[in-house]
Amino acid sequence: MLEIRCPYCGNRSQNEFAYGGDATIKRPELKTEVTDQEWDNFVYYRKNPRGNHLELWHHISGCRQWFKVHRNTATHEILKTLEMKENL
Amino acid sequence: MQKYSVFSLIKNALTNHQNWDVVWRDPEPKKEYEAIIIGGGGHGLATAFYLAKYHNMKNIAILEKGWIGGGNVARNTTILRSNYMHDANSLFYDHGMQMWKDLSQELNYNVMYSPRGILNLAHSDAQLNAYARRGNSMRLNGIDVSLIGREEVKKMIPFADFTSNARFPIFGGLLQPIGGTARHDAVAWGYARAADDMGVDIIQHCEVNGFDIENGKLTGVQTSRGNIKTKKVGLCVAGSTSLLAEKLNMNLPMEAHVLQACVSEPVKPLLDGVVTFGAGHFYCSQSDKGEMVMGGDLDGYNSYAQRGNLPTIQHVLTEGVALFPNLSRLKILRTWGGVMDMSMDGSPIIDKTHIEGVYLNCGWCYGGFKATPVSGLTFAHTIANDTPHDLSIPFRLDRFNTGHLLDEKGLGTKTWIS
Repeated sequence: MLEIRCPYCGNRSQNEFAYGGDATIKRPELKTEVTDQEWDNFVYYRKNPRGNHLELWHHISGCRQWFKVHRNTATHEILKTLEMKENL
Repeated sequence: MQKYSVFSLIKNALTNHQNWDVVWRDPEPKKEYEAIIIGGGGHGLATAFYLAKYHNMKNIAILEKGWIGGGNVARNTTILRSNYMHDANSLFYDHGMQMWKDLSQELNYNVMYSPRGILNLAHSDAQLNAYARRGNSMRLNGIDVSLIGREEVKKMIPFADFTSNARFPIFGGLLQPIGGTARHDAVAWGYARAADDMGVDIIQHCEVNGFDIENGKLTGVQTSRGNIKTKKVGLCVAGSTSLLAEKLNMNLPMEAHVLQACVSEPVKPLLDGVVTFGAGHFYCSQSDKGEMVMGGDLDGYNSYAQRGNLPTIQHVLTEGVALFPNLSRLKILRTWGGVMDMSMDGSPIIDKTHIEGVYLNCGWCYGGFKATPVSGLTFAHTIANDTPHDLSIPFRLDRFNTGHLLDEKGLGTKTWIS
């Protein structure tokens, strides 16, 4: 089982969290021309590395904050957790 | 190839089974092949077999990083079914179901196909209505299926919770009689033996490290056992597709997730067919050894670990006990995990790519095992003719750009949520 450090509540069991996927996806800016290709990339294409992955988690049974987790997808080691406004 | 029959069994019994032929050769890789299949799992082996059988290609190699049948074909819950609502899925998977019927004869290898029925349980009127709609859709596509009521379900699985205390009372179910199970290892070994007999080189412990591409055309692959020339390569590497695609500078609409399964200690015959719980994600069948084979949700986050977490097992078994209270007395014998290609609409991808000579077979989500024969058949067609098979046209890669998604469960891109 993962133990995830919520930036607001500290270490908690994985059971309290929900997963949100790749944290590096950016919605295309509003009021700009967006090509079909850019929109497809935003909707359907994700990073899928075997190794370190920056991802979103939601402390759904706790403080209900979203935050970022830097985690290894092969070993499950959690390297760092960050608030949404922070970058690696 | 030494033909397996009751006579060969008797003959070899008389000599203490010392004279059986090896089941497949262990050849050194040649310098060049007409086509190379990467991945010696069910789909890769089936693809090579149908390439040799129907497309007259004999100079084919299968390159497998580990050993054949050691990936997801060894890690599934062996369920066969075609109970899909959308036409594309119905027609594709049902073609596969027809292939399962004759597969043991075709391969001269007993794959232990056992059509004992698959029953999807409904726990509300609304769910029963939804099943009626799906059943009607299946019948329009010529698939035998029936909607059955609570009393009929009770006759099939009397040990399910039919008391007034049931958290999710059983209202009825959707029964596909030809659904069932097959012996997963036998499927891999049967295809391997039959493909080897047709001259396909099965090369194990040979990892593909890169691709040689000149002017948008494939010319060869770089492997841990040397460079091999080829003009066509098919990827059948469920769970590692994104990693190989990265070597081709391709990004795919896909995430890798771990799906776990588990078996209980063996018990006397209890459950005949396959039963799925409708109020959560739990499915169960009983193996020939008597173990209850159970599976459910994904672990729920990107993973290449081939092992899972306990909260998911606990969650799945909680659902199992809610359905079958007598399971609570059983011990779990073992659990394991396999890495799934979770595609962004929950449906597979069988297609050629923008690189000439590179073909993709991936994105099977939870459902790859049952599709092994039809996946091999359609992928072999795609590779040989450089154009999709009629049945696999809806599974093209560009559907994510054109909007022709095949979202059977209506989950959108968060396929891990199911």
